[in-house]
Amino acid sequence: MECVFGMVGKGFALVVADTSAVNSILVHKSNEDKIMVLDSHKLMGASGEAGDRAQFTEYVQKNVALYQYRNGIPLTTKAAANFMRGELATALRKNPYMVNIVLAGFDKDTGPSLYFIDYIATLHKVDKAAFGYGSYFALSMMDRHYHPNMTVDEAIKLAEQCIEEIRSRLVVAPQNFVIKIVDKDGAREHSWRRTTKD
Amino acid sequence: MARYDRAITVFSPDGHLFQVEYALEAVRKGNAAVGVRGTDTIVLGVEKKSTVKLQDSRSVRKIVSLDDHIALACAGLKADARVLINRARIECQSHRLTVEDPVTVEYITRYIAGLQQKYTQSGGVRPFGLSTLIVGFDPYTGVPSLYQTDPSGTFSAWKANATGRNSNSMREFLEKNYKETSGQETIKLAIRALLEVVESGGKNIEVAVMTTEGLRQLEEAEIDAIVAEIEAEKAAAEAAKKAPAKET
Repeated sequence: MECVFGMVGKGFALVVADTSAVNSILVHKSNEDKIMVLDSHKLMGASGEAGDRAQFTEYVQKNVALYQYRNGIPLTTKAAANFMRGELATALRKNPYMVNIVLAGFDKDTGPSLYFIDYIATLHKVDKAAFGYGSYFALSMMDRHYHPNMTVDEAIKLAEQCIEEIRSRLVVAPQNFVIKIVDKDGAREHSWRRTTKD
Repeated sequence: MARYDRAITVFSPDGHLFQVEYALEAVRKGNAAVGVRGTDTIVLGVEKKSTVKLQDSRSVRKIVSLDDHIALACAGLKADARVLINRARIECQSHRLTVEDPVTVEYITRYIAGLQQKYTQSGGVRPFGLSTLIVGFDPYTGVPSLYQTDPSGTFSAWKANATGRNSNSMREFLEKNYKETSGQETIKLAIRALLEVVESGGKNIEVAVMTTEGLRQLEEAEIDAIVAEIEAEKAAAEAAKKAPAKET
């Protein structure tokens, strides 16, 4: 019942993820941060097998850092997305990573971008993306209300509407959500939407 | 002697590994490099040969970052340096991946020295022809460190050291003039040591300063300004020495 979604606005990109860590009927914790800050201007929201999620996202993060030390400049969002897709594709026919990723980034020359990368190494550059059962509700909500060049406030309002739909319509809905944003000033946590304290 | 210096894995009768000693010779021919440890600053300085006029100097960075908090300067074969630096950078990230913590300066120095040693005990390879100066702040205690490695694979910590061309003169200068410094004083001490053996001027030396905030490469103009300060201080000291003599 994990849910990750994101959208692109005017000069920024947003990623929202639930913060539940679940094993069968037990909720381990409800403040698990699934949106990794890949580097100063990239956010990677990941959902799927918990072990694979941690393993894959950390591996990507260290490789992105290594690229920066070797070459003196950071990877572009597009390059990072393609790197991830390549790793997923290589592992696919042997030992697949069961992770779905929404990658959001801000590049100085191309502005904000969002990438949909699923566990069988599909890569799409998109304006809005969602994974999980919550995607049925989030995508429908975004299809109705999203328009290009939204302001931060408009995008946050839309994210809240998506969260509301997920909370009210999904049978085992996650309790808390975290919203992270990336713009020209970098990637950072924006806010949480909680129903339970942890 | 000639019989025992072909292969790295052969000791000479008097206990020398000649290939390693020849590698040290290669280091002695490399450009001068100096490192000085202060209380809150560590400074690396490297000699830059100014004869290459058409070369884009930005593509030849002699002081490199291994991680956010570790920097390295070296003297000797630059191609060997590239390989060693690449391996060290991978190890820094690999360490972060496996133990979720950044490397300590000692760890990465030990790793690089271990790598250099491996190539003195394998068949069909030659040692890395470079000595490195590794600086950084311990990520947990904030203590500054300066380490040196050499082609034989030994390493040790230093308050200040020099390697490469004329390193003996620089080390002598540092031994005479070293004291605990911080901030700008540490930078000045490092540049003064370099100026003992290098032509004066910002375009002949590359200086980088490591603080808890990270590594900062000094601009040519900044270096020129500090060199000017040092020259002025030297001139003032000379004048002070001459003045009393005149009175008598």
